[in-house]
Amino acid sequence: MEMIVSFILAIVSYMLIDNVVLSRFYGICSFIGVGNKVKSAFSMGLAVTFVIMMATLVCYPLYFYVLVPAGIPFLDTLVYILVIASLVQIVGLFIKKTSPSLYKTLGIYLPLITTNCAVLGVVQTNSDSQLDFLTSLANGLGTSIGFLVVIVLFACMRERMNGYNIPKAMKGVPIALIVAALMAMAFMGFGGMVG
Amino acid sequence: MDKIKRGQHKESFLNGILKENPLLVQILGLCPALAVTKSLETAFGMGLLFTFVLVSSNVIVSLLRKLIPEEIKTPCYIVVIATFVTIVKMFAEAFLPELYSSLGVFLSLLVVNCIVLGRSEAFAGQNGVFDSFLDGCGNGIGYTWAISLMGIIREVLGLGTLTIGKVFNFFGDPLTLPILKSTVLDAHGDPLYDFSISIFQNPAGAFIVLGLILAVMAAITNHKKAVEKAKEKAAKEAAKAELAAKAALAGGAK
Repeated sequence: MEMIVSFILAIVSYMLIDNVVLSRFYGICSFIGVGNKVKSAFSMGLAVTFVIMMATLVCYPLYFYVLVPAGIPFLDTLVYILVIASLVQIVGLFIKKTSPSLYKTLGIYLPLITTNCAVLGVVQTNSDSQLDFLTSLANGLGTSIGFLVVIVLFACMRERMNGYNIPKAMKGVPIALIVAALMAMAFMGFGGMVG
Repeated sequence: MDKIKRGQHKESFLNGILKENPLLVQILGLCPALAVTKSLETAFGMGLLFTFVLVSSNVIVSLLRKLIPEEIKTPCYIVVIATFVTIVKMFAEAFLPELYSSLGVFLSLLVVNCIVLGRSEAFAGQNGVFDSFLDGCGNGIGYTWAISLMGIIREVLGLGTLTIGKVFNFFGDPLTLPILKSTVLDAHGDPLYDFSISIFQNPAGAFIVLGLILAVMAAITNHKKAVEKAKEKAAKEAAKAELAAKAALAGGAK
């Protein structure tokens, strides 16, 4: 019981307090790039969730049961990025075969995920700070759900912003960054929620 | 070497610094720009390491550009980049431990940095070794000054002081310059004056600073465009007036 509680608390803390985009700054490129339409933001968020979970599940045993016993833990980054790139390929092929409609929604975002730093960031933090398996899973789950929530909220705001009269110099990325700043301030309110 | 070629070399070096600055104009590599700019020195150190990775991966990719098959070029580029990132990581851990701990995971994340991969794809994969080397240097310097600027703004506004020599501690004790916050303490142990705004040390401050810098850049570009347009318009009107004057003269002669 205690384990479940701490697992859930860890997820909440990775999701809201240490939010992936707003306080850890992973995946800003796709956040700014894709987060201007709710539909595409949602698809991107789902695809990232999927890949992060798979990558966490694969890379954890790879690091602790292959790289460390073999005495080459310094090759971690190289191995992770190869694993992530091939995972993205496999996931793409798999979805294409089994569910063409899902592939239509996720398809174009899949290649982008290889270079989304959220995936590598999560996996690398797991091994850098020597987290145990359950905490690693919580990190993966919390990070990806946090990404999904924030990118969808952000896209909602940017869709509404289209109708407003913004100063010419602030149009596009600058105002998006200011909106992100306001969101980050709002998310600071979650600080101290978990123990 | 003929003249035109020399001009091209110069262009591939200078483009990245200002005209096509990776951060301020192309808006790439936002993650490290937001995450490691809490202080000037971390930002500058990140810029240096970034430049090294960019230059060396550019050189190797352009050396291998005829050997790498088209279908698998991205994975190949990533492996080259990851190799240099690993080297940089080990170097920083050994010689700049302060920098290593403050950069944290963002050093590893250089592997998926859009600028490094983008330069390999867009430039080094098609151009010669020397040009790729210059392109790497130019983009590296451009990125370094851009994030150092962010570092200065965030450190001065957020902490009130500017510290030099804490990360690169080869030259003795660090030097702290009081700008918005005095380093002299009064009788109660508080600084004499303190006008720092701590939000600029927080993530929200990073977004605000970058947003405002990009807005200023956009305003400058808009202004330049407007000036050019006005010039063109003036030139056109002058030409029209000249034509009209000529026509009037011709009419008068009749």
